[in-house]
Amino acid sequence: MSVETTLLVQTLVSGLLIGFVFALISVGLTLIFGVMDIVNFAHGEHLMLAMYFTYWLYTLWGVDPLYAVPVVAGLLFLLGVLTYRLVIRHVLDAPMLAQIFVTFGLMVFLRNLAQLLWSEDFRRIGDTLVTGRLELFGIFIGTPQLVASVGAALTTGALYWFLKNTRTGWALEATAENKEVAGLMGIDPERMFALAWGLALASVGVAGALLATFNPIFPEVGAVFVLVAYVAVALGGFGSVTGAFVAGIIIGVVQVMGGFLWEPRFKTILVYGIYLGIVFIRPQGLFGRR
Amino acid sequence: MIRRSKLLFTVVSLAVVLAVMVAGCAAPAAPGPAPSAQEETAAQAPAGSEAASEAVNEILVGAIYPLSGSLAATGVDLKNAVELATDIVNNEYDLNLPLAKTAGLPNMGGAKIRLVLGDHEADPEKGAAEAERLINNEKVAALVGSYNSAVTATASQVAEREGVPFLNPESTSPTLTERGFQWFFRTTPYDKLFAENFFQFLDEMKAKGYDVSNVAILNENTLWGTDVATLENQYAEEYGYNVAANIPYEANAADVSSEVQKLKAAGEAVLLQASYVSDAILYMQTYKQLDYAPTAIIAMDAGFVASEFVETLGDDANYILSREVWALDLAESKPIIKAVNDMYKERYGTNMNGNSARAFTGMLVLADAINRAGSTDPAAIQAALMETDIPADQIIMPWKGIRFDPETHQNTLGSGIIVQILDGEYKTVWPFDLASAEIVWPFPKWSER
Repeated sequence: MSVETTLLVQTLVSGLLIGFVFALISVGLTLIFGVMDIVNFAHGEHLMLAMYFTYWLYTLWGVDPLYAVPVVAGLLFLLGVLTYRLVIRHVLDAPMLAQIFVTFGLMVFLRNLAQLLWSEDFRRIGDTLVTGRLELFGIFIGTPQLVASVGAALTTGALYWFLKNTRTGWALEATAENKEVAGLMGIDPERMFALAWGLALASVGVAGALLATFNPIFPEVGAVFVLVAYVAVALGGFGSVTGAFVAGIIIGVVQVMGGFLWEPRFKTILVYGIYLGIVFIRPQGLFGRR
Repeated sequence: MIRRSKLLFTVVSLAVVLAVMVAGCAAPAAPGPAPSAQEETAAQAPAGSEAASEAVNEILVGAIYPLSGSLAATGVDLKNAVELATDIVNNEYDLNLPLAKTAGLPNMGGAKIRLVLGDHEADPEKGAAEAERLINNEKVAALVGSYNSAVTATASQVAEREGVPFLNPESTSPTLTERGFQWFFRTTPYDKLFAENFFQFLDEMKAKGYDVSNVAILNENTLWGTDVATLENQYAEEYGYNVAANIPYEANAADVSSEVQKLKAAGEAVLLQASYVSDAILYMQTYKQLDYAPTAIIAMDAGFVASEFVETLGDDANYILSREVWALDLAESKPIIKAVNDMYKERYGTNMNGNSARAFTGMLVLADAINRAGSTDPAAIQAALMETDIPADQIIMPWKGIRFDPETHQNTLGSGIIVQILDGEYKTVWPFDLASAEIVWPFPKWSER
């Protein structure tokens, strides 16, 4: 392959790899919105917590991040349920502004808690099972990134399967469609909401554990990823898991390829440009159902 | 259906607005407002802090640094440094440093300095707000800070308006001393000098027989990085080097694959990089991952000399060159450096670096001026600062001393060095006569380590 083609393909590959991670993070966000019309502004901080948990499991008990994935996912699931029961439940019927401020406040709280407990120092996980790099026809694929992408795809696939093929999944989707009617059908909305939060945070947990294998870990790390997630959720369609997944990948590719082909400092403009475009042209997003 | 879309639109718009606010909290903001000549305050009309003409027990000095937010780890270094300097002034130590051998300020009856900290979170607007608070609420006699050039610009603008001396030990953007301010003083040499140092260094490498003709310029896009890139482009042309690529990028990046790919596309070159710490670390990891190894990486300090750079990257940090203002191995020719570093290390657990050394020095300069002024009156401190003349052997920097230019208030006796990270340590490699180690050139390929 010529140098130009190699560079283009490499850029595409890099975009896809980060795109899958964006996708997984967005899936959790869209699930919460889909089921209960709440935007979780603390989503980035939940990602940050997942990364820290993975780091501590690695540093204190020598648990490789790959094995930590189910553990962290489980921990975040519990955290999701807890967050719902202790915090979110009280603002379900409150004005939207109140709901926004609650999750926004949670974001500030968690970020500063992390600064307090763990300091601003950057943490990085050293050698893991997935350390290294593959080379295919002159294209470099970081092994941690590859594993993260595969993990993201598998997790989203599992979530999607759960939503479409199990009774509880159908109940969740029914609640998302119309919670009053679902309630009349005998589906307990409380349980569904808690489950939605649990699953959303669990998927962020997987994303965080996998991200921790190659990304530095510090209290503000969630901020950048969550901004992409907002765009992905809007692009994919609020509430659509497939949508968020596809959108995340699109954004990853656009960001990296756009940055390379045009100018790197404008890549965020491209991403937000997509967002604005979608809001004006097709507000319900690519796969939006409403 | 229509109601739903409206709801969606409202939520989504609010989300974007809040998200942008959040991004503003996390990332360094855009460059500060343009300086205006009418901000000049006449020397005899200081607003703000009242001058205490009777004996004072303590002198309040404000220190504005990034204590939280993305640069908090650097902020901790800076805070520790000014606290150490304050302690040395306030108590007796047998060190050949200004005000070390006495307790407190002798010309003010032994009055001690009390630091009042301000946190700017790497945000110029917050920096200005903290300056307002420290001057008007806390009534500090003078300010020291703020590391980020963009924040120093706005915070010192407040000080200029209020007629309070602002001593800047570590911001290197050239525009800071080109505003015609009367109350702003800077001890550190600045980016114009450092950018030229790079090309003087490259010329000397060429003279040694190394093949150097292309440079690639990569910079973060706030005030500091942008100024650095402008200077590097200027000197590249002056010294006859070809600029193979000019890549400004948005600071606090999550992913830099596009930028690194563009660098690879530019071909063989010496990379001149200006990044703060989180970007610097991300770039190094991406270089390794995408197998990018330029002829050399010469960094403009900042992120590349912060403590977490080597701590996070370990061996992957090796072979980076950076301009520096200070290096621990200078202690070999200046024992006072070792003495102060030992104190710092004992209290705070890490060695000093260029940032903490400069903040430390700046604080001592300010204390020395307040002492010579003999009062907390801002005009008196300003006059004393103008007459500062500290000799080389009383500072822990490799400078010829500290003396402020009467027009720009820039320290005219400062100079830079170039260090290389070898085995996790910063070793001076240029000027060649101050070098403590042999330079490793070119940047070894990742596969060859």
